[in-house]
Amino acid sequence: MAEQDLKTTGGVGARVLRKEDDRLLRGRGQFVGDVRRADMLDVAFLRSPVAHGRIVAVGKPDHAADLVFTAADLAGVRPIRADSTLPGFRGSDQWPLATGKVRHVGEPIAACVAASRAEAEDLAEAVRLEIEELPAVVDMRRARDAAAPLIHEHWAENVFLESTAVGGEPLAPLKAAAAVSATLQVRTARQSMAPIEGRGTVAEWDERLGMLTFTTGQQMPHVMRSGLAGCLGLEEGQVRLISPDVGGGFGYKGILTQEDVTLGWLAMHLGRPVRWIEDRREQLTANANCREHHYDISGYASAEGDLLAIECAAIVDAGAYSAYPFSACLEGAQVGSILPGPYDFPGFKCDTFSACTNKPGILPYRGVARTGVCFALELTMDALARQIGMEPSQFRIRNLVRPEQMPFDNIVKKHFDSGDYPEAIRQAEAAIDLAGVRLRQARPEADGRRIGIGFAIYCEQAAHGTSVYSGWGIPFVPGFEQATARLTPDGGLEVRVGAHSHGQGMETSLAQVANEVLGVPVPKVRVIHGDTSMTPYSTGTWGSRCGVMVGGAVATACEALAERAVAIGAHLLQVPAEDAAVVDGCVRSGAASVSLADIAHAWYRRPQDLPGDVDPGGLEATQGYRMAPNDHGTFSYACHACVVAVDPGLGAVEILDYVIVEDGGTLLNPLIVDGQILGGLAQGVGTALYEEMRFDASGQPLASTLADYHLPGAAEVPDARIIHMMTPSPYSRFGQKGLGEGGAIAPPAAIANAVNDALHPLGVRITESPITPERVLDAIAAASSQTKEAAE
Amino acid sequence: MKAARFDYVRAVDAADAVRCLGAGGPQTKIIAGGQSLGPMLNLRLARPDKLVDIRRAADLAAVAATADAVVYGAGITHAAFEDRLVPDATPGWLAPIARGIAYRAVRNKGTIGGSVVHADPAADWPTVLLALGAEALTLGPAGPRAAPLADFLVGPFQVALAFDHLLTGLRLPKRGPHARWGYWKFCRKTGEFAKAAAAVLHDPDRGETRAVIGAVERTPILVPDAAELLADPRAAADIVARLAPERAPAAQRLHAEALERAARLALAPQEIAA
Ligand SMILES: Cc1cc2nc3c(=O)[nH]c(=O)nc-3n(C[C@H](O)[C@H](O)[C@H](O)COP(=O)(O)OP(=O)(O)OC[C@H]3O[C@@H](n4cnc5c(N)ncnc54)[C@H](O)[C@@H]3O)c2cc1C
Repeated sequence: MAEQDLKTTGGVGARVLRKEDDRLLRGRGQFVGDVRRADMLDVAFLRSPVAHGRIVAVGKPDHAADLVFTAADLAGVRPIRADSTLPGFRGSDQWPLATGKVRHVGEPIAACVAASRAEAEDLAEAVRLEIEELPAVVDMRRARDAAAPLIHEHWAENVFLESTAVGGEPLAPLKAAAAVSATLQVRTARQSMAPIEGRGTVAEWDERLGMLTFTTGQQMPHVMRSGLAGCLGLEEGQVRLISPDVGGGFGYKGILTQEDVTLGWLAMHLGRPVRWIEDRREQLTANANCREHHYDISGYASAEGDLLAIECAAIVDAGAYSAYPFSACLEGAQVGSILPGPYDFPGFKCDTFSACTNKPGILPYRGVARTGVCFALELTMDALARQIGMEPSQFRIRNLVRPEQMPFDNIVKKHFDSGDYPEAIRQAEAAIDLAGVRLRQARPEADGRRIGIGFAIYCEQAAHGTSVYSGWGIPFVPGFEQATARLTPDGGLEVRVGAHSHGQGMETSLAQVANEVLGVPVPKVRVIHGDTSMTPYSTGTWGSRCGVMVGGAVATACEALAERAVAIGAHLLQVPAEDAAVVDGCVRSGAASVSLADIAHAWYRRPQDLPGDVDPGGLEATQGYRMAPNDHGTFSYACHACVVAVDPGLGAVEILDYVIVEDGGTLLNPLIVDGQILGGLAQGVGTALYEEMRFDASGQPLASTLADYHLPGAAEVPDARIIHMMTPSPYSRFGQKGLGEGGAIAPPAAIANAVNDALHPLGVRITESPITPERVLDAIAAASSQTKEAAE
Repeated sequence: MKAARFDYVRAVDAADAVRCLGAGGPQTKIIAGGQSLGPMLNLRLARPDKLVDIRRAADLAAVAATADAVVYGAGITHAAFEDRLVPDATPGWLAPIARGIAYRAVRNKGTIGGSVVHADPAADWPTVLLALGAEALTLGPAGPRAAPLADFLVGPFQVALAFDHLLTGLRLPKRGPHARWGYWKFCRKTGEFAKAAAAVLHDPDRGETRAVIGAVERTPILVPDAAELLADPRAAADIVARLAPERAPAAQRLHAEALERAARLALAPQEIAA
């Protein structure tokens, strides 16, 4: 990376160093754990030790009965509900503290309050809990068995929702015409999202304002404020949510939690600030909440390599409760619609159901549903290519949507905006040196390892709006996005947004957007976010939407401000407004110019200098943004290609080379884009090779520390090379495409394809993630015993 | 999780530590680097009434060399071995082993004695020291004692040490220039505990051949007939199947790989680190 490229200011496309890093890298960030309040009490939760059970009794310790709270104490509090609007959805009541039954290990049962966390844990230990354990539903494939116990007794079966996606021509003739087919059983493990900072909240009641303030790491402050007010029976105006610095979100902090509702009630009831800081054990055991999918998928193709049809039955293990706000079915409801991927083919059908199991409720984790879907589809593509005898990358190229088809409505009516998908593969082939790797594979390696190469491609819909989300049935649907821009009396610029930046670098990239429009230097642009009292409403930071939606809103607000500044500036310059424009932080007309600072001075301090017809709205503007002419969003895409070495004796996989050819349209800040991609890649490597929360037959999670739940570390993440294509989106303000999640989507598929390429000569095909040494060794052993059987 | 309540005292030397243990009773525990005990306290898996901190006991961090052996104080950190701040009883084998333990932050605090007493089946020192023929030196109210490490390690997370006794050090026989060594472990990721480990020693001067299979979820296994392995490292699979039949098939394959690779390292011409 060329040092001299790095800048401290600049507009769209400049490699500006992240402003927020100055405090974050110096250890001066302010996280929930840094919040101190006089008289603050710590809360520890007594959690369910069993996956499924009936609460018989919760005996409070005699010496501290007034410091322990159960569901019976929380008068007036309502359960968390997140009901999908799709027909057939079954809803769940998620009580802040378990009521009647517990439905997964770690479900909070009692809140214990003390002067320190250690003492609060002492109290939790002293609670006498009697639970009648019930048989648990642990395997999603068994959830609808007649014998399966009902997790929510009034349901007909343990299913939140079933859906079918179909497109194109009838399948039967296509299948009959196909020369080759491949049927795979694909599984992805359940994971615990593991931001470095867990969840945490300080809740405090302000009698003067009649307001409950939550300080909590939160991706979606405004949406959560609605949820908290609803559960606590407060007016929304009585709730303020402040999200300070956040040590990683990824979806984990876009959820209304039982703990937060309980803390709100405690703060009001006790009249003192209360705090709960999640520890790693709670995060792992009570919150293994994402990614677990199962696919029975078949692909059909012609002998020449044309993909003819994909047929799939998918199950999403959605856990016990429907989490607010996305519901239990955000993944299940979109599996079918994203499974066709970036390909153009004639026949498609996918049945999906979201199984209810005795595990934590599923949450959307970076890449939401796509990581599993890409894994299933791209493994199928490789299996087909192998049967046809085609290079898998070439098979992909042959079937991808072509650039001349753009914009393109795919088989399930997704509207791809722009790009050259085949070119991404071609560039990846060249960068990873496909031909060289094939030559290398022809000779045995000196160390006995086997080399493999794998490709995966996806496209990621981002910043999609009302029309798309209303179709997925989530309980809150995004619409417009607003931002406020205010010129301060000294000529600085304040930008207020209701989304939240917690690692995405929006304090910098949004300042660059403002700089692009107004020319105010980035250091003088202050992006204010993370406080419902100080920012316009927003659905928040999720769905890779902020670059497009919030970036668009900031540009629109700055443009409105520019217009007002021009009116004043032109008057000060004594020129017609039509002849003046904002350039580089000044209003200019020919050689004459007046700075925005002088214009601000006139507006705030010397209104006598203003034109008589000045807009009394002044130098502050709130404007909204929506994509045009449609709200289908942008489609960034990427081809990931990697080379691995697999040790057949150990089952160990080493990533030797990793290339990402990515198209995010216009890049607001290429440095930040690379950071997003690399962070996503690290998580994708975790999904591919390390992360797995296993459960025993009774539903007990089998890892409770990071010694058992393995996250990739610095040594395990490859030094990836990123190549940008930058095809602008025709629908966004600057041509930018949402891409925050993409890095985490393709790695499991690319790595698995590479491992399978390496082990193919041994007859091995792995279709389960993570690809642990045990799985590799077992697969090799199974393949060799099969070969032996065949030989006998 | 936060630790349950406990008292804390700091011992000035080994004798003081033994006194504190005796005075405190069976619920009193030593804390050395705290790298294993710390997490166990926080998870409330260990609930001592009192901790006796030996980090400031200078005699426990000392090294004493005789003509035939080196005695390492129990309180010597992994980092001190890694940085070669202590003499090596072997031709340079100990520093790379120490460097392979966990992460530097853990090595800065974790001690060789803590590792041995904690007796995690997957830890490095127990496997390595067993193969090197180490002796455990302990101190109790009745005075010092020495025992072969094989007798000291009695089970996973279990050593033969009474509550009022202290591990003071480990005595390693010196290994000369003809000695050959192989240590090989497989970790899923950098800094993690091993999934499989093995150590092989061949010391013609002393007429010793020893092989140890580690990370088997029980005490590291001393292979009874290590010569067989050195004669043909491919015997590893049979040896593992014989000595650790309870392990799952994939795990057995890993142990066999580790043992075979350790044997091959011991057979290969060796570069001796300066
Ligand atoms: C993230 C992480 C990764 C790790 N990875 C590895 C690894 O790869 N390989 C490896 O070998 N280890 C690993 N460890 C463990 C590490 O090496 C510890 O340092 C070691 O196990 C314990 O040493 P300690 O000095 O910290 O002992 P402590 O934690 O202080 O004590 C451990 C136990 O020993 C007792 N004890 C300590 N010293 C004495 C003594 N002199 N006499 C009597 N009793 C005593 C204590 O009472 C306690 O029961 C890892 C640890 C961590 C945190």
